[in-house]
Amino acid sequence: MKTYWKFGALIVVIVGTLAWLAAGGISESKTYYVTVSELSQMGEKAQGKRLRVAGDVAPGSIIRTGKEVEFTLTQQGRALKCVYTGTSPLPDTFRDSVQAIADGELGPGNVFRASQIQAKCASKYQAAPGARHPSDIRKADF
Amino acid sequence: MENLGSFAILLAFPVAAYAVAAAITGALKRNRWLEHSSTRAVYSVAILTSIASAVLVMGLMTDDFRMSYVVEHSNRTLPAVYKFAAWWGGQEGSLLLWSWLLACFSAFALWTNRHKNRAIMPYVTAVLMTTQAFFLALNAFVAPPFKMLSAGGGITALEDGRGLNPLLQHPAMAIHPPMLYLGYVGFTVPFAFALAALIRRQGGSGWLAATRRWTLTIWLFQTMGIVLGQLWAYDVLGWGGWWAWDPVENASLLPWITGTAFLHSVMMYEKKGMMKVWNMVLISATFFLCIFGTFVTRSGLISSVHAFSQSSLGRWFVYFMAIGIAVTLFFILDRREYLKSEARLENVLSRESSFLFNNLILLASALAVLWGTLFPLISETFTGQKITVGPPFFNRITVPIGLFLLLLTGVGPLIAWRRTSFESLRRNFQWPFAGMLALMAALFALGVRHGYALMCFGLALFVAWTIFAEFYKGAKAIRARQGGNLLASAIELTHRNTRRYGGYIVHMGIVLMFVGFAGSAFYQNSTAELNVGGRFELGRYSMQLANLSDADNANYASQRAHVEVYKRGGGSRIATLTPERRFYKASEQQTSEVSIRRGLGEDLYLNFAGMSDDGSKAVMQVYIFPLVSWIWIGFIVLVAGTLVCLVPPKFPMQYARTRVVGFSAAKRMAKEAV
Repeated sequence: MKTYWKFGALIVVIVGTLAWLAAGGISESKTYYVTVSELSQMGEKAQGKRLRVAGDVAPGSIIRTGKEVEFTLTQQGRALKCVYTGTSPLPDTFRDSVQAIADGELGPGNVFRASQIQAKCASKYQAAPGARHPSDIRKADF
Repeated sequence: MENLGSFAILLAFPVAAYAVAAAITGALKRNRWLEHSSTRAVYSVAILTSIASAVLVMGLMTDDFRMSYVVEHSNRTLPAVYKFAAWWGGQEGSLLLWSWLLACFSAFALWTNRHKNRAIMPYVTAVLMTTQAFFLALNAFVAPPFKMLSAGGGITALEDGRGLNPLLQHPAMAIHPPMLYLGYVGFTVPFAFALAALIRRQGGSGWLAATRRWTLTIWLFQTMGIVLGQLWAYDVLGWGGWWAWDPVENASLLPWITGTAFLHSVMMYEKKGMMKVWNMVLISATFFLCIFGTFVTRSGLISSVHAFSQSSLGRWFVYFMAIGIAVTLFFILDRREYLKSEARLENVLSRESSFLFNNLILLASALAVLWGTLFPLISETFTGQKITVGPPFFNRITVPIGLFLLLLTGVGPLIAWRRTSFESLRRNFQWPFAGMLALMAALFALGVRHGYALMCFGLALFVAWTIFAEFYKGAKAIRARQGGNLLASAIELTHRNTRRYGGYIVHMGIVLMFVGFAGSAFYQNSTAELNVGGRFELGRYSMQLANLSDADNANYASQRAHVEVYKRGGGSRIATLTPERRFYKASEQQTSEVSIRRGLGEDLYLNFAGMSDDGSKAVMQVYIFPLVSWIWIGFIVLVAGTLVCLVPPKFPMQYARTRVVGFSAAKRMAKEAV
């Protein structure tokens, strides 16, 4: 019987440690998943929270200045100005009109400061009106 | 042609359903004729799904742009290998691949067992074909691959297709998804054997012997699928490096974790008749996690970069899993009598206990990953607020778990069954342990301050040391008896017990991979804007943009940067890297082809991000990833070790049971023997 108590105690210790780590991990990386219009309705509550915002990249809004990339996410008529400040390269799929997901916080002046961006490939491709050459692709496109 | 394909799928569905009914009725009524008939039905399903697959592949290869699947996932100028790979490039095609693989596996399993395990085979057939019928129903009614383009009542064709997503046009595309599918689909077979044995009230390990090689092979495919995916994600931009804790990546990791736990608990089952419930739970969990993985990728349930588009498939998967899990649980609970352990745990310091903890930790990590993956859904259900958790959550849990497992990898195989004395612990581990501390102290002195990385390097040395010591001890004993050199003796040793020593080699591969994982704690990066001729520096490299060149082919147009890499401080030239940007014409998408100088110490990783806004300067992103190559090297070692495990041992030996305790167990074994 004594052996079983020992096993029981060890298992409790291990599972307990993991649960503790998990709880800490959740509170540390908890991110609220909202759409652009939901964010605009949150108002004050959005300040200081880690957020993940989903929306469409407004055509022509991607502008690169120095190491930062500015763009606008839109959804149902609402727009959100964003600045990407992360270090990892932006995905190739991140360009005009795609659905993008930005992780970050709402900064001063309601500008969203994104530290990470994911972009989904458009599920339907447009009919090709003649291909472009890659040298025409400016930084603004990536 | 396409009618033939549709017809084959439509016919396969009732045939699979018939196989289930015939197998069960045949087994219950002891009707040989019906059992045979069900086996033939399985073969028929394999033939029918092969026909359907062949029709789809033909359509892709011959640019049949009347078929909507071909239009969506291929185009004329696509290289032939990607036309073929477009088979699994989209929802409908990849589900057909699932069905086809399962049908082939089922037919193969039944054929190899046509003279063996007859008592359980009807139930194996039933489980396999129930799964098959589910996927065929999806093929036939939810995601039919043979939809035609129609205009005004007639079938019409487009001039050209829309092309395969450029991100998928990578050599790994030809091999990574099929490998993962082999893994996902393949676990259905051991699960079917396990459940069938349980239904037939067979408590012994017969079904384990029948599926041992199978499970190991499938596990190997799955490992290859996952690591090739890592390699691919590392090569392709925007997928967040070799591991990003993306839901779809997690979904492929989950069955791998439980599958790995299963491979370990199997040994306890065979050798000691213990952990039978664990075994059953683990193989069932693996199977359902495989289905879950397919479900996550297909349904768009959890947002992911890898997911297919949102669809109505989800509901079907939920029903199938709910019913399947309920049935499995019912049999486990109803027949727990036959899953009773034949021996007891005697001591905390014993081989048994290390297996128990290995399983416990693996299962706990699977649960943690599952919890994190499903967290957005759970939080939305209970709080109405969708909350996601990111890589910090996963890293926080899995890093310590990984390190603990690494420790067990070193300790477990060396401690004795039943109980271990402190004396033998000291004898086995004092030198490896001292080596570990010395390495950690040395690295600390050299300025490594990352705690987890330090522990990882230390443990890696510890485990590698114990593994080499095992080989050395065994080889020395053989050399003492037979003479010859140490290497030949080590090979002889491995050949005598391929499972054990192959297992050690697999462990060695895992150790090397962990070294690669730990390296990610030390990465560096920088971005530079350059004119042609401009220079920039990072780490011990100095790089110069030599020139930019353009190229054009039918599939894409490209712009390439030629970057000369020198040793920093006026050193010699060591490499030329050529990162490239491509613009794919059919899909109007651009991709970045990074250029990597791989090395054992570190990788230099260059991305040509584009031209500056005025078009005069090139934007270069440079990264240094230390030790990444060890992930791939470790993977090769792991594959080699698994292959060794699959080699039959020199002297075919029964996996000896140490001891069977108690009267009831003996009686049960006698009953089984009848």
